[in-house]
Amino acid sequence: MAQASIASVVVPKGGLAHEARAALIVWSRELIRFRRDPTRVASSVVQPLLFLFVLGGGLSALVQAGTGGIDFKTFLFPGVLSMSVLFSAAFAGISMVWDREFGFLREMLVAPVSTAAILIGKCLGGASVATLQSVVVILLAGLVGVPYDPVMIVELLILLFIMSFMITALGLLLAGRVKQVQSAMPLVQMIITPLMFLSGALFPLSRLPAWLTIVTHINPMTYAVEPVRAVVFDRLTMPAEARAILDPGIWWGSFQVPVLMQVGLVILASLILLFAAVKLFNRTE
Amino acid sequence: MDGSSIGGAEPAVEVHNLVKRFKEVEAVKGIDLTVRAGETFGFLGPNGAGKSTTIKILCTLADATSGTAKVAGYDVARDRDAVRRSIGLVFQEPTLDSYLTADQNLRFHGELYGVDRHTAAARRKDVLEMVGLYDRKDHLVQTFSGGMRRRLEIARGLLHSPKVLFLDEPTIGLDPQTRASIWQYIGELHKTEEITVFVTTHYMDEAENCDRIAIIDQGRIVALDTPEKLKAGVGKDRVQISTADDTAAIAALKEKFSLDAKMVEGLVTISVPEGAAFIPQLFEKLGIAIKSVTVQRPTLDDVFLNFTGTSLRDAEQKGSNFNPRAAAFRR
Repeated sequence: MAQASIASVVVPKGGLAHEARAALIVWSRELIRFRRDPTRVASSVVQPLLFLFVLGGGLSALVQAGTGGIDFKTFLFPGVLSMSVLFSAAFAGISMVWDREFGFLREMLVAPVSTAAILIGKCLGGASVATLQSVVVILLAGLVGVPYDPVMIVELLILLFIMSFMITALGLLLAGRVKQVQSAMPLVQMIITPLMFLSGALFPLSRLPAWLTIVTHINPMTYAVEPVRAVVFDRLTMPAEARAILDPGIWWGSFQVPVLMQVGLVILASLILLFAAVKLFNRTE
Repeated sequence: MDGSSIGGAEPAVEVHNLVKRFKEVEAVKGIDLTVRAGETFGFLGPNGAGKSTTIKILCTLADATSGTAKVAGYDVARDRDAVRRSIGLVFQEPTLDSYLTADQNLRFHGELYGVDRHTAAARRKDVLEMVGLYDRKDHLVQTFSGGMRRRLEIARGLLHSPKVLFLDEPTIGLDPQTRASIWQYIGELHKTEEITVFVTTHYMDEAENCDRIAIIDQGRIVALDTPEKLKAGVGKDRVQISTADDTAAIAALKEKFSLDAKMVEGLVTISVPEGAAFIPQLFEKLGIAIKSVTVQRPTLDDVFLNFTGTSLRDAEQKGSNFNPRAAAFRR
């Protein structure tokens, strides 16, 4: 046996390059696992379709008078796009509960890298998977009267990526607290559903009672959904009054929050959630 | 090449007065031990004796309440990442991703440990060949048997050329044949690697494979030496008899031979210097019908019995020192 020729490797001292490699491999694991799971791909497509064509189709006749002549499905399109990433990103984050149950979390946490590198990799993975899934919904744009503008599509993908990064971080934070596999999914439903309803994804926030408006202003999803809607509506020709009803923007009193600032707020929220998750995982293991 | 050499006489593991206290229980009650570079060191004891807690502290997965521990020359509390880079870990519980292939699991590990890219592929091949899984490298881990998974975990623990390999109950739940093959890999390791192996087990027969063993009971190290010396130290053979009336037999042994007999695994058990020569006297003087007799040269189980007053199997069945907090901690 050529025993002397056995490859011996040297493990280098830490450093940013090493942390980046660790984050990258965690990211690629998410993609590999997604690719191996066709049911997850299929099921992620079905729900947005139901919302867009069944709920949207059913309500459009009812609400036509109130939308300034715009198809309700067109209004719903950016919301459904956001929803499609919301659930798969939250699932990617909470999947850490399964990683703990099956022991793989320990393999990750005993490595000579920071917990932050691992969780950042996980967030990038969740965001990538969610954004990939949203492509299916983007392809439907033509059916609801939204043009296939390449710049719009790129902008949408960037915004959806940032949104799903934030939601994956939220999922990780939850996974840091929940130890039981059985309670993970109900908890996600319990947290994600109100975030979705109070974000303006499914109906304009302009007509909510005042106390609910405050809640929507605290909800980080509001600031993630509105830029998506703005990007889509910028490509549509619609009367100013219709836009005012359907896309009133976000107002803090008399200050209209600019879209770029909204994106900044989402990034800030992502970092806060990620930081909290890192703290939690550092402590519990 | 120099990366794997262990500086001269520096011990692989050095522990001083290590204590781990949970709220109401002291799981580790001040242990000292030194593991020499290059040896296979066995850490023996019943479940709940403090084995897993100690190994967790050595692997930087838990903080000691007091005392110090150094692994590969690094302090586990102060130099956490340096310790982690120098050790390989195989846990009792599986820690593989079964939705990835064997090779992908290793690749993941290599990237996480920052293994040099030029040698990583060759190293993956080497460790997979070592455990006989190279031809299955592209199969999903979910298709692997328990023994194959454990072998893959050992291969993964070796991937980054650790100086110390920790194996926590590497053979638990495996069939005897697989257990033997796992020990064969551990034995062969020293031929190809400059490595120290620290292994916990509660199978006495497996501990015979170690260069030196420490016996831990109720949070304390009660013996530490080579298996041969420990057995020689017992100095007595184990005689086990089954009789028509065990209680009367124990009383008779006390009265006629001044021997303290114990019930061990359902048999009246005595320790005598010359077991074979003692049997004729036993039949002559005991006065109680003897159904069967066995005489055994000392085994590690006798060593355990000698130091703790109970056999390992009885200690586990009684579960008297079962520590629920430590058990929860083990997860």
